[in-house]
Amino acid sequence: MTPPKPVAQTASALSDFANKHRKYVLAGPATFFITCMLIIPLGFTVYLSMTGASGSVSRNADFLGLANYAEILFGNDRFWPAVWRTVVFTSVVLTVEMLAGLGIALLLWRTFRGDSILRVIILLPLVATPVAVGMMWMLIFHPTIGAANEILSWFSVSAQGWLSDPRQALPTLMFIDIWQWTPMVTLILLAGLRSISDEPLEAASVDGANSFQRLIHVILPTLAPTLVTALLLRAIDALKTFDIIYATKGKGGGSYHEAETLNILAYSYSFDYQYYGKASAVLVLFLIIILTICCVLIIMRKKQRV
Amino acid sequence: MQLKKMVVALAATALLVPVAACSSSTPKDGGDQPTLHVALPTHAWTNAIKESIPEFEKVSGIKVDLTTFGEDQLSDQYNVKLNTKSKDFDVMMFRPPQDGKLFVQNEWLAPIDDYLKQADAAYKWDDFLPATRDSVTVDGSIYGAPLITEQEVLYYNKKLLASAGVNVPTTMDELEAAAAKLTDKGKGQYGFLSRGQLSASVTQFSSFLYSFGGDFDNGKKATLNTPEAKKAYEFYGRMLNQYAPTGTTEMNWIQAMPIFAQGKVAFYTDVSSLSPNLDDPATSTVVDDWGVAPFPAGPAGSHPYNISAWALGINAFSEHKDLAWKFMEWATGQDMSLKLQQKGQSLARASLYASAEGTKGFRDDMIAAIKSSTAAGVAVGHDRPLVIKVSEAREIIGKPIVTGIDGGDVAAAIEEAQTLYQKFLDSETKA
Repeated sequence: MTPPKPVAQTASALSDFANKHRKYVLAGPATFFITCMLIIPLGFTVYLSMTGASGSVSRNADFLGLANYAEILFGNDRFWPAVWRTVVFTSVVLTVEMLAGLGIALLLWRTFRGDSILRVIILLPLVATPVAVGMMWMLIFHPTIGAANEILSWFSVSAQGWLSDPRQALPTLMFIDIWQWTPMVTLILLAGLRSISDEPLEAASVDGANSFQRLIHVILPTLAPTLVTALLLRAIDALKTFDIIYATKGKGGGSYHEAETLNILAYSYSFDYQYYGKASAVLVLFLIIILTICCVLIIMRKKQRV
Repeated sequence: MQLKKMVVALAATALLVPVAACSSSTPKDGGDQPTLHVALPTHAWTNAIKESIPEFEKVSGIKVDLTTFGEDQLSDQYNVKLNTKSKDFDVMMFRPPQDGKLFVQNEWLAPIDDYLKQADAAYKWDDFLPATRDSVTVDGSIYGAPLITEQEVLYYNKKLLASAGVNVPTTMDELEAAAAKLTDKGKGQYGFLSRGQLSASVTQFSSFLYSFGGDFDNGKKATLNTPEAKKAYEFYGRMLNQYAPTGTTEMNWIQAMPIFAQGKVAFYTDVSSLSPNLDDPATSTVVDDWGVAPFPAGPAGSHPYNISAWALGINAFSEHKDLAWKFMEWATGQDMSLKLQQKGQSLARASLYASAEGTKGFRDDMIAAIKSSTAAGVAVGHDRPLVIKVSEAREIIGKPIVTGIDGGDVAAAIEEAQTLYQKFLDSETKA
């Protein structure tokens, strides 16, 4: 009649419980992590966006409801231009990066002498720190003492303002982004290309298809899921671009806010002006925009799989 | 059964790990020797004091842990950490003109009045330059010990001036005439340069504004559209529009200084503390050719700003406030100040500029410029508006400057800025 050891009883009761609710126990750590790192901060941001929080978050702030949103959407002269710049920046760099990335990937597809060295060189911009990249291009594009204008002068082209010209700043930033991120697209697409087996290509050749026809009718359809993945990854990143703009144009994106994207605007409101309520509202609106674009891309990918 | 137990054990560990990680985020003090956490910007002063830290540790028995960040990153760090009432820093180096009022309003800085009363007689609070003492005083309480002082000065290229037979200008009119004479855009040679970027330009424009007899506001009313301020705006815009290289509207000192350092500009107005950049042969071709003069006089005389660019303060949430003060007292005391001044720092103690020992590390023309700029009745104690949300105010005030540089309608831009700035001031007094 010795009673069972309490420890053993607890252990077996615990494991019985765990066994019965296996899916919850296994999902537990991930759920806990996501709650801590995502849901709570997001909830707090949404709450902040409805207050007049400013200066310090721990100070009492008035609850304003949707007033911040109304101000930003209808009474703010910096929000819509920032949205427009974000859209233009993202669509231009995405288009160029996808086309150039595909082109380079096709060139690197077949092995040739020295291709591994070439691949390393092409990937170099990818591994450089964005802020260092920004500083480097800022020196190259310096209107008075930069290398870019020096090179233009060899061809008798007049000096350009580049980053310092309000009209050229955004295109110059697009160029820097393209320079830096095309290699990543190449890398992803190259992996996709390598997984295409030779049979369908050979079959197409036997049927008399030329290289262009093989590209359009065999390679691209097979590569489509990889293309959409690369597009999705780059789209999210390009929308969120912050580092190179901040490093080259500083807070506010220039004297005319000419390079101010949504991310830079949110940064200005939070870290520079310390209007945490307004900054949070910009970020929530930004999140909605990104989610919408992602949904569209994911639906596109699902349709292609069918 | 074995497998089930393992699953439970794993799940439990995974759940506990993040909790444990959260609870250990407060800094641990090593043994019985207390550790003092000091946050500093990457600045020449930081490098200079680093070498002396072991001395302080030996004498005081306090272990000092220095953390350094870039200037802007340091502000962001304070923002993020102090918003969560973090105790990660005990001593904070901060920028009184930019952050002072805001940090005090946010209750992030602890007042040091009581410490000053108990301080050693040798500390001599009265020795700090009056303008710098004002800059760390908010509503009658003192929140920091001034460190670095800065004045706006006129840098010039001796070679270019000599080649055109131009003397160093002492008034605004002479400056403009000389700049016009020395501008030869075809040759890539420019007469004048200063900061032109929307927000960055405001501090360097301020000395022009004061020397023309204006100011940003009178405490309650915006004074950007007074006749004096209008003239200052027009002058500054015209100088950069006509005699400066292109692209100045995007220039902070990081972009502007290299052009002067490459010998392409005759006159450059900026802050005195930037001069070490001109002495570095790696980045400067004018090492032997640059000179410096007091800020030229406008219709109201020469009134450059003289500010306390950096100060040391105590984190209001710190648990080691007494130790933090001990460190501050040592770092800003007479002895250490002299030692650092001799290493080329321009510090806030008046006695340093009165003695030959204190000015040993300076060029003669620089010490003359600093002395004349800090003289009573000359210097103005702020280089940007004395408000809480400085960044926002600077962007409003900078707009007519940028408009002027680009040759736009300055008068209209001034009226617009005046209205916006008045609205801004009203909202600050309400808050």
